[in-house]
Amino acid sequence: MSGTEQNGKATLSGAEILIRALTDQGVEVIFGYPGGAVLPIYDALFAQNNIRHILVRQEGGAVHAAEGYARSTGKPGVVLVTSGPGATNAVTGLTDAMMDSIPIVCLTGQVASHLIGNDAFQEADTIGITRPCTKHNYLVQDADEMGRIVHEAFYVATHGRPGPVVIDLPKDICVNQGHYEKPDLENLKHKTYRPPIEGKTEAIAAAVEMMAGAKRPIFYTGGGLINSGPEACARLQELVRLTGYPITSTLMGLGAYPASDDRFLGMLGMHGTYEANNAMHDCDVMICLGARFDDRITGRLDAFSPHSKKIHVDIDPSSINKNISIDLAVIGDVGKVLEQMLARWKDGAYQPDQAALNDWWTTIQKWRSRHCLAFTQGADIIKPQHAIQRLYELTKDRDTYITTEVGQHQMWAAQFYKFEEPNRWMTSGGLGTMGYGLPAAVGAQIAHPDSLVVDISGEASFMMNVQELSTAMQYKLPLKIFILNNRWMGMVRQWQQLLHGSRFSETYSEALPDFVKLADCFGATGMVIERPDELDASIQKMLDTDGLVIADVRVAQEENCFPMVPSGAAHNEMILGDGENADRPKVSGEGMALV
Amino acid sequence: MSEKSEIAPKHTIAVLVDNEPGVLARVVGLFSGRGYNIESLTVAKVDAGEDRSRINIVTSGNEMIIDQIRAQLERLIPVFRVVDLTESGPSVERELALVKVVAKGENRIEALRVADIFRARAVDSTLGSFVFEVTGDSGKVNAFIDLMQPLGLAEVSRTGVVAIARGADAM
Ligand SMILES: Cc1ncc(C[n+]2csc(CCOP(=O)(O)OP(=O)(O)O)c2C)c(N)n1
Ligand SMILES: [Mg+2]
Repeated sequence: MSGTEQNGKATLSGAEILIRALTDQGVEVIFGYPGGAVLPIYDALFAQNNIRHILVRQEGGAVHAAEGYARSTGKPGVVLVTSGPGATNAVTGLTDAMMDSIPIVCLTGQVASHLIGNDAFQEADTIGITRPCTKHNYLVQDADEMGRIVHEAFYVATHGRPGPVVIDLPKDICVNQGHYEKPDLENLKHKTYRPPIEGKTEAIAAAVEMMAGAKRPIFYTGGGLINSGPEACARLQELVRLTGYPITSTLMGLGAYPASDDRFLGMLGMHGTYEANNAMHDCDVMICLGARFDDRITGRLDAFSPHSKKIHVDIDPSSINKNISIDLAVIGDVGKVLEQMLARWKDGAYQPDQAALNDWWTTIQKWRSRHCLAFTQGADIIKPQHAIQRLYELTKDRDTYITTEVGQHQMWAAQFYKFEEPNRWMTSGGLGTMGYGLPAAVGAQIAHPDSLVVDISGEASFMMNVQELSTAMQYKLPLKIFILNNRWMGMVRQWQQLLHGSRFSETYSEALPDFVKLADCFGATGMVIERPDELDASIQKMLDTDGLVIADVRVAQEENCFPMVPSGAAHNEMILGDGENADRPKVSGEGMALV
Repeated sequence: MSEKSEIAPKHTIAVLVDNEPGVLARVVGLFSGRGYNIESLTVAKVDAGEDRSRINIVTSGNEMIIDQIRAQLERLIPVFRVVDLTESGPSVERELALVKVVAKGENRIEALRVADIFRARAVDSTLGSFVFEVTGDSGKVNAFIDLMQPLGLAEVSRTGVVAIARGADAM
């Protein structure tokens, strides 16, 4: 790198310092898109070989790709975009990462310092715009500060509850000379930010006591376990084995506990299983691990699990008592807290109340025997549930990563694809961002070039970031895009049918492209799958085809996603697919507004 | 200000922050973004090195909301400490107001008399007006302003509440 001697210390341009600091952080990949304000940074990237740049087709795609990369590796994802429109295009992705606690460092170009506030060309108040949708953001005002800020940004993004961090980089700062020395990254300490790691001993003891005294216990687990890492998930498995208690998971937590295990009741919440939601409703001790009592989980607040004592383990104290009143809070990293709980359980030689637990499992088995996810696959039309089930069967023994878009297909994927390990499942949970899945798949495939990456998509969501096909083609990513094409914005159509008198306002997927031709024009392979009897062979063909494949799976158009806890209803007022109430839920006007 | 604030108890919260650019915007944005109420807000640097600022916020809400506010404030990266002075024991609260009264004759004399009772000082005076400086807790300042109303109150400028815990312990 270029540099001049000054006071005996080498000086570098701000952009060079940036690249050095990123390299020192171990960054291998940046997802980005160039522009005027970031030209000095692209110049510095050009001059080195440590960091690979993946050129997306729209900045929103860059952030989702970085999310897919981060979620599938446990490492922070890095994004580089230009000022103004580059930064504003990144806002959806940043908000998405904020909601789902994904560690992202997003570098945004900015106009030169002296132009800030002047409505200069491609100026946006990126710091102001991204303040509420990032965990923290920085404006670099001096090249000498560049190194410190970059390392601090990574620290903040990855410590405590993870999240996105923006570093806004005025063009002159990237050109100016400054000093850089690699800090002692192992022992980096933040001036003010000290997230808790260990749970308080008394809280752990009280939690274990409460757990052991339970007659109808349940583990309710979430994305915090995935963030904490595979070790946290291994400890969860040990604790579930040790206690024999049932376990359910949020959308974001799928894979933290193996779905095939008998103790797993499936996902809970709005489209959760009958057994999981009823067990949540009737339990006497709820052990919430790294989840946040989101409104899609709780349903009607005043009817949520009315008879239980609730233990809440979370690294973020603001999650405690936010929506639901908690009996016992344990603040700390869920992996560490699980280690402490396991040690305490073993030390105290605790035993579950086996007789009560047997009764509880008998009740749960009764709920289970309701087979709430059952559907009937006929001979003519592929049911979307069946398509996911077959995809699962044909890919489960492979090294597979699944991403989704948002809608019915996402919920069916969550219900029917069984995740055995963490980091294999990437979906937009908190924000529910259509268009997430394709770029997230790009990020996952970049991180795992030899693995199978499937984007389970809906025909409407797919169109939202369809331009990222071009990115995937540029880097020869063999993504498999599995579109459950029902010709509707299915999830919205379902709500219109159930809650708005079947007035299907603007939800028909009109003027869809021919997906086979679309694949063809990007240089990929397209296929249509129409008949149930060809489904397996076609999925196999998709998997066996080299390179990117778009499978346009024509599924039953009017299929609804059940079970469903309508907004404003309690967990035990679920609509089941086969019941006579399936078309006419009792939803109040109040409930309708809760949506 | 929301309707809630009329019934929900008031809390004075002190926030010690790293004096980095935008930190006030973060705090204010948190309150507006999450729908919390700000009745008063003061901010100034409070150490010799000018590294730290103290923000005093008077807000209102039930216990769950106040706990949320505290946790959300603590979650902001440049925050050192958050103390709910209303919860944490006895504290002293003060506010300063500059009150302009335009009056002649009997009202002018009465205004001076009231000011005397409140230990307010006249910091500016013309033949037809006074500017009084009054300090005290918000109740006292409110009472003073109320009394000036019929006497020719023309303009008020208030600092908002600054507060500190009583006793030897520092924040
Ligand atoms: C960016 C964005 N806009 C709008 C929505 C609201 N929305 C939720 S699901 C959905 C329909 C999705 O349709 P499709 O991708 O075909 O999936 P399906 O439900 O049919 O499986 C819409 C419009 C959203 N989640 N995200
Ligand atoms: Mg659809």
